[in-house]
Amino acid sequence: MMIQKALRIAVSGALLAVATPLLANDANNDAKIQDYINTLTELGFPAPAEGEMVHIPPTMADLDASDLHPELKKVIRKGYDLFTNTQQLRGEYVFNNMNCSSCHLGEGRMPFSAPIWPAAVTLPGFRGKNGHVNNLEERIAGCFTYSMNGKSPAYGSDTMLAMSAYHQWLASGVEMYPKKKIYGRGFPAPARPAELSYARGEQLYKDNCAVCHAEDGSGLRVNGETVFPAPWGDMSNNWGAGIVRLKTGAGFIKNNMPLGQPNSLTDQEAWDIAYYMDSQERPQDPRYTGNVAETLEKFGPTFHKHSLYGQARESDGKILGDHANTGEKPFLKPDTVRPRTFD
Amino acid sequence: MKKRPGALLTLGLAASVGIAQAASAGDPQKGAEVANLCVACHQADGSGMNIAGGESWPRLAGLDANYLAKQLHDIKSGVRQSPTMMPFVAMLDDQKIADVSAYYSQMPATPAKGGEQATDAALKRGQQLAEQGDWSDYIVSCKSCHGPGNHGAGGNFPGIASQHAGYIEAQLKAWKAGTRKNDPQDLMGSIARRMSDDDIHAVAAWLATQSPAAR
Ligand code: HEC
Ligand code: HEC
Ligand code: HEC
Ligand code: HEC
Repeated sequence: MMIQKALRIAVSGALLAVATPLLANDANNDAKIQDYINTLTELGFPAPAEGEMVHIPPTMADLDASDLHPELKKVIRKGYDLFTNTQQLRGEYVFNNMNCSSCHLGEGRMPFSAPIWPAAVTLPGFRGKNGHVNNLEERIAGCFTYSMNGKSPAYGSDTMLAMSAYHQWLASGVEMYPKKKIYGRGFPAPARPAELSYARGEQLYKDNCAVCHAEDGSGLRVNGETVFPAPWGDMSNNWGAGIVRLKTGAGFIKNNMPLGQPNSLTDQEAWDIAYYMDSQERPQDPRYTGNVAETLEKFGPTFHKHSLYGQARESDGKILGDHANTGEKPFLKPDTVRPRTFD
Repeated sequence: MKKRPGALLTLGLAASVGIAQAASAGDPQKGAEVANLCVACHQADGSGMNIAGGESWPRLAGLDANYLAKQLHDIKSGVRQSPTMMPFVAMLDDQKIADVSAYYSQMPATPAKGGEQATDAALKRGQQLAEQGDWSDYIVSCKSCHGPGNHGAGGNFPGIASQHAGYIEAQLKAWKAGTRKNDPQDLMGSIARRMSDDDIHAVAAWLATQSPAAR
């Protein structure tokens, strides 16, 4: 068995730190991890680098089969339901067409699509974006504030508890503050090509994306349900969302789009499309000071240096983000966006 | 923009409702006459027929007019192969295609057959594939493209709930084998090629047991 194990590791060329609690014995677990990696590499994703941690988050079927307390199961299921159908909070906490799963594909479990469980084992932690220590609730609040163009359900509320429980349960068996790098965390992006082109991005978007997201970026809703979310415009995430950083956008696109065809675009294509998408308007950054240049100066170093916010658009010279439009949201900044000092 | 059948553009059409695609200026009344050619298989109420062990006739009633017209153009041009349908589409010019598509799209959707014999396990798996997908094999849920309840989304993503199991199964197998490939950007093919025959059977059976949409 030891030999088998050594062989498998040699074949995969990676040293795997295994963190799946649901399997009783190592050999089984190794085989399962190897299967998992094979599926991902067949889809064009890289194999884990040496020393990276691979964790297979449990599925809802695993939850059903587990011996957790029935009440806890109920709450985790509620969290899953909120994550995949966040539109049920429309008008209260969500003011665009997104579900959490619109960006975190595969119910928040998919590697290279910013799986959500790492937050549960790396927080409380320092975030450069807001310059202080955040816990899991504040991290979730961040995606509500920016990606959902909304505001956070109250910390400690039933909704927040259910969502946190889902995140935390997905991380079952992973140690807190793991020392190893997490395989497939975030939206890893290919290297930025020398030149980006608006015109090429526009054409590529029309050819590869518009069939679902529409030429004007409005996506598609059917009977009040989002089928295809809006990559820009009033019904999209606002200018403060992580995905407006070109690198994150390019990584998202390369790893996930067109839907069902990950890694089908070249690196250049993914970046050109991200550049085109980021050149379109969307609701104002909640951290807006009333002046786009000033906002850029304040949040450039930690954030907007990676986006096109405040810059002149290549196609027509329009300054991006120079408006007070908050989309459907009747306010600019939720009060959870505030500094903390712990002094 | 998505490639449209060129002929639709020359008809001088009003903009369609909602989605950015040419509306077919089809006249359902005229379409009813054209449909006389079709009733032998697709039935007077557009319900088609599930034929176990043979070639099923798809339900057309209630499907999107743009989708139907695209299929008829594709079959006529040979982009989609159907020896059974070929002699009938050959009789249709562009206007008749638009008319008959409008006619069927306005009929109420009908219940489907072919899922009755499926086991509970197969139906459960089918429902999972249709509504959640199976990301461990990168099978994206059918509903993420085919819309809420799998009742269709716009003119490009047809309703598949309450379609005959025999027909669904045959189409998925055709994509898997590479004999149907008229889908935009290989969107359907990419998914079908990841599905086992058991999965295809399961999802076809479950979809066939779903009630027809109120469109
Ligand atoms: C518009 C796209 C988008 C939507 C919608 C979205 N997110 Fe995110 N999310 C991101 C991006 C981008 C990141 C940062 C990824 C990175 O680190 O590069 C992120 C990161 C996270 C993380 C941290 C993951 C980690 O590795 O630590 C969590 C947790 C999270 N999101 C939860 C949510 C929740 C809960 C919702 C719904 C309320 C949501 N997200 C909606 C784009 C989105
Ligand atoms: C077959 C339909 C389809 C195609 C084609 C497609 N997408 Fe998507 N896209 C989706 C769906 C569906 C989601 C949400 C994921 C979910 O709900 O599972 C999504 C999510 C997104 C998101 C995150 C949410 C948002 O709207 O900002 C972006 C960005 C995006 N797609 C960009 C693209 C780009 C760029 C292309 C072309 C390279 C593309 N998509 C092609 C269906 C599609
Ligand atoms: C002899 C039986 C027969 C007749 C008559 C017939 N069809 Fe069909 N039709 C079929 C079969 C079988 C298929 C499925 C073909 C395949 O497997 O690709 C089909 C498929 C179709 C489709 C594609 C449906 C979809 O969901 O993609 C359309 C549209 C259609 N037929 C319209 C018509 C029209 C309009 C007529 C009359 C002008 C007609 N058919 C006459 C047997 C018939
Ligand atoms: C990424 C988008 C996407 C996903 C996911 C998807 N489909 Fe499709 N499907 C399509 C498109 C696009 C078409 C229309 C093809 C055409 O225009 O000819 C289609 C057509 C079909 C058809 C033919 C319908 C007819 O009337 O001829 C069937 C059957 C079907 N899909 C079944 C499924 C099933 C079952 C699933 C889930 C396992 C699924 N699809 C998931 C995009 C998708």
